[in-house]
Amino acid sequence: MTPLPTSGLGVDLDVAAYALRLGDDALVLGQRLAEWAARSPQIEEDVALLNLALDQLGAARSLLTHAGRLLGPDADGHVRTEDDLAFLRDEPDWTNALLVELDGGDFGRTMARQLLVSAYQVPLYAALGSSADEGIAGVAGKAVKEVAYSLDHARSWVVRLGDGTDESHRRVQTGLDEVWPYAFELFERDPLVDRLLERGVAADPAAIEQQWQATVQEVLAEATLTVPETTWRPTGGRRGAHTTGFGYLLAELQHLHRSHPGARW
Amino acid sequence: MAPVQTQSTDELERAFQDAVDADGRIEPRDWMPEGYRRTLVRQIAQHAHSEIIGMQPEGNWITRAPSLRRKCILVAKVQDEAGHGLYLYSAAETLGVDREELLDLLHTGRQKYSTIFNYPTTSWADVAAIGWLVDGAAIMNQVPLTRCSYGPYARAMVRVCKEESFHQRQGFEAMSVLAQGTPAQRRMAQDALDRWWWPSLMMFGPSDTDSPNSARSMAWGIKRFSNDELRQRFVDATVPQAEHLGLTVPDPDLRFDEATGHYAFGEIDWTEFATVMRGDGPCNRERLAHRVGAHEDGAWVREAAAAYAAKQAGRGAREAA
Ligand SMILES: [Fe+2]
Ligand SMILES: [Fe+2]
Repeated sequence: MTPLPTSGLGVDLDVAAYALRLGDDALVLGQRLAEWAARSPQIEEDVALLNLALDQLGAARSLLTHAGRLLGPDADGHVRTEDDLAFLRDEPDWTNALLVELDGGDFGRTMARQLLVSAYQVPLYAALGSSADEGIAGVAGKAVKEVAYSLDHARSWVVRLGDGTDESHRRVQTGLDEVWPYAFELFERDPLVDRLLERGVAADPAAIEQQWQATVQEVLAEATLTVPETTWRPTGGRRGAHTTGFGYLLAELQHLHRSHPGARW
Repeated sequence: MAPVQTQSTDELERAFQDAVDADGRIEPRDWMPEGYRRTLVRQIAQHAHSEIIGMQPEGNWITRAPSLRRKCILVAKVQDEAGHGLYLYSAAETLGVDREELLDLLHTGRQKYSTIFNYPTTSWADVAAIGWLVDGAAIMNQVPLTRCSYGPYARAMVRVCKEESFHQRQGFEAMSVLAQGTPAQRRMAQDALDRWWWPSLMMFGPSDTDSPNSARSMAWGIKRFSNDELRQRFVDATVPQAEHLGLTVPDPDLRFDEATGHYAFGEIDWTEFATVMRGDGPCNRERLAHRVGAHEDGAWVREAAAAYAAKQAGRGAREAA
């Protein structure tokens, strides 16, 4: 984990909310990736997918810890830890984008989603490396190399599947069609982002979308895949309105921890 | 290389045995008796299969791990086991077989994997118990293999053992947190020890009196210690750890024998061992079906990768022309 600055961190609800969005994206995606353990198409992919999961989970831990400190003590004077935030928050308090919570589906869909998320996280973390918030900048500076690896990995699979066999082309195109509409939530602006852009904390969604489009278009062309044409733009994750499947993800994630209130692990 | 064949098989065999006796390493290009090669292929393959199948019982708890730290440790561990599988299949491949062939033998039940992975992981404490006991037993079995006569296997084992001992320490640490935890956590820890203790002792294989191939493997430098010797070492190392945790080893006959300086322990239920070996343990069917399912579900991905590589090779050839 990236060491976090221990001083000069007052309560800052805006930055906390932004760190939570980033942390929730990373945690939920890490959880989905880890579901591939012992069921990937070849052993090398078990290693690779678990590696991607670990990178996301590692970033999530730092970001949630950071968010907990910025949220300040709760009514009982308790500063929320990464585990409090991961295991004790209810569904409406999770602010990850819907894209990362979607079921991984088959390997084609998982890789299509990885392409869309990684092509976003690469410019995002590159920009956040110079965030005015030291905690976020520290996490981003470390994660930027990891997400670059993730983008390479996704790119190479999407190209191989798209330009592989008829079946693989059909499957990865289907997966892409299914996840594509959810990507645009990543580039939404809202008052929180506006305020944090002004303070130099957040990354500019428009600039990131531009880089995302360039990367994704290039990879899809090489993969002989068609850019989906739908204009449907599902949204809601950033304000806690999630998809049906997310409740099941949380149930699995949180059940054991919640079954033993106050226990140490 | 044909002129080498001027040596008679007897001479080759003698030179091989001399090298083994002198603690030398046999390398893939060296002459070796066919039985040695076959024994190694089987042993390394079964070891590789155990690593791969072993991902399932613990992988089962990744999505439910009770803290983010534990989740990361577990993901990393399961990832290590996949890596161990890869090194071991590569070591087997130096003996002239390929991974596809070996996986097929696993999937069709013609090659086995460790019986320990045919037990269910029904609580979080099982993850801790597996790290502590199963990785602990694996280390006892595998450390001597770092000096095994076959070079590629010995070298793979050096790397594997380093990681297994890390897993063992993490498992023990996770177990000690549970043992010092709430009453529910302590109960979970004791229950896991109750269920994993005897199957862990069975990991060392049949008793020496019933282990027909052991003597030959010893002569070949593949095996250094007998099953019973290794089992005794494991018991001697582990019982004090259980005491330290305040947990009870589920063996009423267990006692420290002052005269021998070792723990004496009760009779292993060899009927259970034979049952699990034969395929009738609690999870044999489930483990194999899961493994075969993952392999079949991934076939289209592997085919796509091969088709793409062939297309690329064709494109390269056309460009070169
Ligand atoms: Fe292993
Ligand atoms: Fe291990």
